[in-house]
Amino acid sequence: MQIKRTAGEKLFDGFNVLVMVLLIVVTLYPLWHVLNASLSDSSRLMAHSGLLLWPDGFNIDSYKLVLSNPSILSGYRNTILIVVLGTALNLLFTILGAYTLSRKTFMLRNPIMLAIVFTMFFNGGIIPSYLLINNTLHMGNNLLALIVPGLVSSYNLIIMRTAFQEISESLLESARIDGAGEMRILWRIVVPLSMPVIAVMILFYGVAHWNSWFGAILYIRDRDLYPLQLVLREILIQNSTDSMTTGAAMGDREAIGESVKYATVMVATLPILFIYPFLQKYFVKGVMIGAIKE
Amino acid sequence: MSGGARKLRAAREGGQQAPYAPRDLHGRGTDKKEGWFARLWLNYKKNKAIYWMALPVVLYFLVFKYMPMYGAIIAFKDYTVGKGIWGSEWVGLQHFRDFFESYYFWRILKNTLLLSFYQLLFGFPAPILLALLLNELRHELFKRTVQTVSYIPHFISIVVICGMVVDFSARGGLFNTIITFFGGQDSALLSDPSNFRTIYTASSIWQELGFSTIIYLAALSGINPELYDASRVDGASRLRQVWHITLPGIMPMIVILLILRIGGLMEIGFEKIILLYNPNVYDTADVISTFVYRKGISEGSEFSYTTAVGLFQSVVNFILLLGANRLSKALSDNKLF
Repeated sequence: MQIKRTAGEKLFDGFNVLVMVLLIVVTLYPLWHVLNASLSDSSRLMAHSGLLLWPDGFNIDSYKLVLSNPSILSGYRNTILIVVLGTALNLLFTILGAYTLSRKTFMLRNPIMLAIVFTMFFNGGIIPSYLLINNTLHMGNNLLALIVPGLVSSYNLIIMRTAFQEISESLLESARIDGAGEMRILWRIVVPLSMPVIAVMILFYGVAHWNSWFGAILYIRDRDLYPLQLVLREILIQNSTDSMTTGAAMGDREAIGESVKYATVMVATLPILFIYPFLQKYFVKGVMIGAIKE
Repeated sequence: MSGGARKLRAAREGGQQAPYAPRDLHGRGTDKKEGWFARLWLNYKKNKAIYWMALPVVLYFLVFKYMPMYGAIIAFKDYTVGKGIWGSEWVGLQHFRDFFESYYFWRILKNTLLLSFYQLLFGFPAPILLALLLNELRHELFKRTVQTVSYIPHFISIVVICGMVVDFSARGGLFNTIITFFGGQDSALLSDPSNFRTIYTASSIWQELGFSTIIYLAALSGINPELYDASRVDGASRLRQVWHITLPGIMPMIVILLILRIGGLMEIGFEKIILLYNPNVYDTADVISTFVYRKGISEGSEFSYTTAVGLFQSVVNFILLLGANRLSKALSDNKLF
């Protein structure tokens, strides 16, 4: 239905578009700035002032330094291990929890659900958890300490349970009559029917593992076991680019250090930015499933 | 009894006896408590697989969520690693008293609440406003482009975001370039306590604004389009439509998210603060959770004292959540639970 717009409405539409364009610029410029800085010539970058709309000079030495840095490489290795193993275990536990808690015949369903929801709003605090994991369970300095304490996210469990509840009960009942056990029903019927929500879960858990760093600060002591984000923290926040700038003249060190930082940001972020457009719709779907039942 | 016969019997028992009114062998009703366990046992025998499949998850929550709650009793003890949680001596409310009387109490309480308050004041309405504006965009492709771009920062890790903020805030950095362009002074922004809250809040909004709109856009798509058609026939302007149709349509979602926000007022995301702050700005940046982390783990090991501080935070949070939920139930029909 096409309706003639009033002058006021036209003005508003124009204003609205302007606001959106501004939003795009504000969102993208910082990333664009970092990209350009990482590709710029380091000495010219130091002298540069003002916005960076294009690289100032062109130089990819900083990328070479970053990609040959042993800490970054071992960080990548550890992070990939954590993402793969962690997400697989997350999925297994979340699926088991969501399935059993979606079965209406399970008498403890509601009490357990209540106990799980309660942990979303109340917790013992960081110190008792730390003492438990570090002193009681002796998981310190072990990558398992970054995986096991976060095996199930209550929020994700609820999302998945909601999805499982929507599977037709009669379908499961007929499988049961045919003699299928619960495990068989879960892996042969429920899981294949729930691939969209499982994709969402892989993304939620995977990205959370990729981005997490705080657990590693608490529990990991060996540098060999540092995940990528902890290495990034040293380089970006604590400003230690020394290991990558040795060999350069004293005066150049600061300049090279600066472009190394920008290249580090890009190296750590590009994988996510590349896969992001393909995964975006799954994230949106996940948030929406979560929004329906809360 | 063979396995098959046992199964048969279990099925018969489960089938014949109504699960809500268990009876003993003579057909008399058993007492209520015994009945519950009897029913549980029957239910277990009928659904053994389910119980065993649920076990790992239940164990996980017991060990990693409920054990720390038990461990939190060291807040009332003088915990030493050697004596363990149970063996350490009770000191009652001593650690709470120490905390309330300490110089840090007001500082970190104020910082926690102020940072949360700014987040709430600016960070909460922003995505609602953006969702409403997006909803008014007429060009579908343009709308989708804006959405796609605005979600991107959400996926960048907090370490990288904070690394960028630290870099941009340094002398000669991007922020200073902009400030000097408008005639301001070039300075190390993150060393000045008066800037911390602004930088923290603004960067959080920058990162989460777009992604937070999804939930509202989902709610918006659930509004019946006939309402708009009908109001247009009645001659309502677009502003009136927003006011009388769109906003009421997403109000339940707004209220629920607001309750959750209020329940988290005391729990400000400390990962980001740890990445951004430095001792120069503790005056405005140090919050309860960062204080606990520093005194308990990174710089000291005052386990009992910091557990007490953390417990204080958790309890206040929980009370706030219940209060907000009850208030909302009283004022409108929207509630979380």
